[in-house]
Amino acid sequence: MKFPIRYRHFEKIEKHAWLLGILTAFMVSLGGLAEITPLFMEAHRVQPADNIKPYGPLRLAGRDIYVREGCHVCHSQMIRKLQFETQRYGPYSVASESVYDRPFQWGSKRTGPDLARVGGKYTDAWQREHLIAPRSLVPESNMPAYPWLAEATIDPADIQARMRALRALGDPYSSESIAEAPEALKNKTELDALVAYLQGLGRNRPSPDALKGDAVP
Amino acid sequence: MPMSQTTETYDDQIVRLFLLAAVVWGAIGMSVGVFAAAQLYWPSLNFGVPWLTFSRIRPDHTFGVIFAFGGSALIGTCYYVVQRTGHTRLALGRLARFTFWGWQTACVLAMVTMPLGLTQSKEYAEPEWWIDIIIAVTWVSFGVVFFATLARRRVQHIYVANWYYGAFIIAVGLLHIVNNMVIPVSLTKSYPIYSGAVDAMVQWWYGHNAVAFFLTAGFLGMMYYFVPRQARQPLWSYRFSIVNFWALISVYMWAGSHHLIYTALPDWVQSVGVAFSLVLLMPSWGSAANGLLTFNGSWHRLKTDPAAKFMVLSLVFYAAATFEGSMMALKSVNSLSHYTDWTVAHVHSGSLGWVAMITIGSLYAMAPRALGKPMYSRTAMEVHFWLHVAGTLIYIGGMWAAGVMEGVMWRETLANGSLAYSFMESLMAIKPLYVVRWLGGLFTLAGMGLMLWNLWHTADDARAHLIKPIPVPIPEPTHDQTPQPLTAASGGAS
Repeated sequence: MKFPIRYRHFEKIEKHAWLLGILTAFMVSLGGLAEITPLFMEAHRVQPADNIKPYGPLRLAGRDIYVREGCHVCHSQMIRKLQFETQRYGPYSVASESVYDRPFQWGSKRTGPDLARVGGKYTDAWQREHLIAPRSLVPESNMPAYPWLAEATIDPADIQARMRALRALGDPYSSESIAEAPEALKNKTELDALVAYLQGLGRNRPSPDALKGDAVP
Repeated sequence: MPMSQTTETYDDQIVRLFLLAAVVWGAIGMSVGVFAAAQLYWPSLNFGVPWLTFSRIRPDHTFGVIFAFGGSALIGTCYYVVQRTGHTRLALGRLARFTFWGWQTACVLAMVTMPLGLTQSKEYAEPEWWIDIIIAVTWVSFGVVFFATLARRRVQHIYVANWYYGAFIIAVGLLHIVNNMVIPVSLTKSYPIYSGAVDAMVQWWYGHNAVAFFLTAGFLGMMYYFVPRQARQPLWSYRFSIVNFWALISVYMWAGSHHLIYTALPDWVQSVGVAFSLVLLMPSWGSAANGLLTFNGSWHRLKTDPAAKFMVLSLVFYAAATFEGSMMALKSVNSLSHYTDWTVAHVHSGSLGWVAMITIGSLYAMAPRALGKPMYSRTAMEVHFWLHVAGTLIYIGGMWAAGVMEGVMWRETLANGSLAYSFMESLMAIKPLYVVRWLGGLFTLAGMGLMLWNLWHTADDARAHLIKPIPVPIPEPTHDQTPQPLTAASGGAS
């Protein structure tokens, strides 16, 4: 029996750089086209459940501080569909909960615990103290302290610009909500914003009815 | 075999620049890693300074070692290899200089802005949009120089190392552009056009294939040139390398979703990722075997040649890390390993074991030729080898133990069905291992310091010639010559 692919078939590719380049580009494109395109189409087709709203100005500011400080390096926001995960952190995460997360915050490493449903788990006062001096509340913690957040204020014009950019991407911010943003941000520090973001995490889980289609994609 | 020679010479000045940049970035990137690792045990080591804090400097470590160190080494060796396997001088010399300064500018800007909090937060793609544009322009220029040099090659066959370098350039360009599609708000902030689950899929398609095409295909290009040269034998099987090439580049791109198993990503995408991750083991082991078997009949060189030692062990680590990677993509293993330090152990067995060792081996093989004299100290190379091996094993061992411990403690339940351990208990259990990992990092960094010292002294003649290149004449190819690396024994002509 002869091996069906003869060397001479490759010889042409091996002697022509343009052919090699085109075939390479074709082969490396397949995986992404097959896996990303359907999700992209689906995301444009499906509307998020009613109770899932875009971040208000204060929580949006908090989310961007979460990103800036690199919280995602040690904290995931993704409760996997595993018994021991739901037991520790609460109901598993579903895709529609993160439709307004740009970028997504699912994380890849848990040096600290998952935060997908941390909202309401601790008081505002606890969160503030914990961010400023983690070891005053959890002596064995290795989390960095973020005392500078308490001193920095938020620039409302910057947050308005961010809301407009997100609206351009399709997130439903009304002109009124953008105009009212400075009011919500008045005298707020970065610490206020981050605590507001954390306290809102995981409270948007769709109702069990809405979940039926989501649980088994 | 006597060869007639042309008056044209190889363009090695650009290679030396990238070589220098690579060792400097290697030392910087690994220093940041050691510093960041220390903070996981001693969190107050950030001295209360925002831009020295673990969460902000971690991307400096990853970007520093992957793109600044690895990238400079890859572009430098690519320019070296494409000239020698094509018997031609690098095309577009000025554009090649631009790729050097463009790449270094992008690296410096990224390394400075990320600790200041300018980040897109997507792993290994953290720099903000305007730095991404500099990277993209530089990358396209790099591709133009590479393919223009291929176009003026004087050997008809394109040597297999160039296949990998070509795929590395094409795929990384594609990944970089697609994953960094954002709308800028200002110079300091942007939002990706994708959100939630789609963003997660795009990111891990990128993240996994940054590993595949930056840290694997590119370095396989390095391997396919420098391993046969250092073994002083032809590649074990040229055809096998071609089969592995097409399998590797097409299969890798499907495997990214194994980073999102049991998450809110649709199940079918997870399963496709798992299936392709298993298939991926074949071309991975095929490439490793091809490299290792090239040393058949030449194993005695391991006794005398530190560069060859680095190369052989790098291939062993490559085989081990790819096996581990495929296993970690299995759902049951992943449910335990994901989010733990096992992932960190796996990444470092690939990066310290495979990527760093093949790079160090290739640098030790290339430096004497690019610098025009033998390495200053052979003893230092030997010591570097053992420091690096010890550091890598200590690091991986520590993080692997930590990861398995976390994974087991997180899922342990009591007879009554409740969880056995709090999260803090798992952190307290693994904390001593964070000291072990820091020590492993110190060993590795010490080895890099030694290499820097050794290269500095080797380059003492060449430092004066950094502007005035050492001319290496280009040998005339014979009729229908099949390309292969000239053996190390052939000395100056290589």
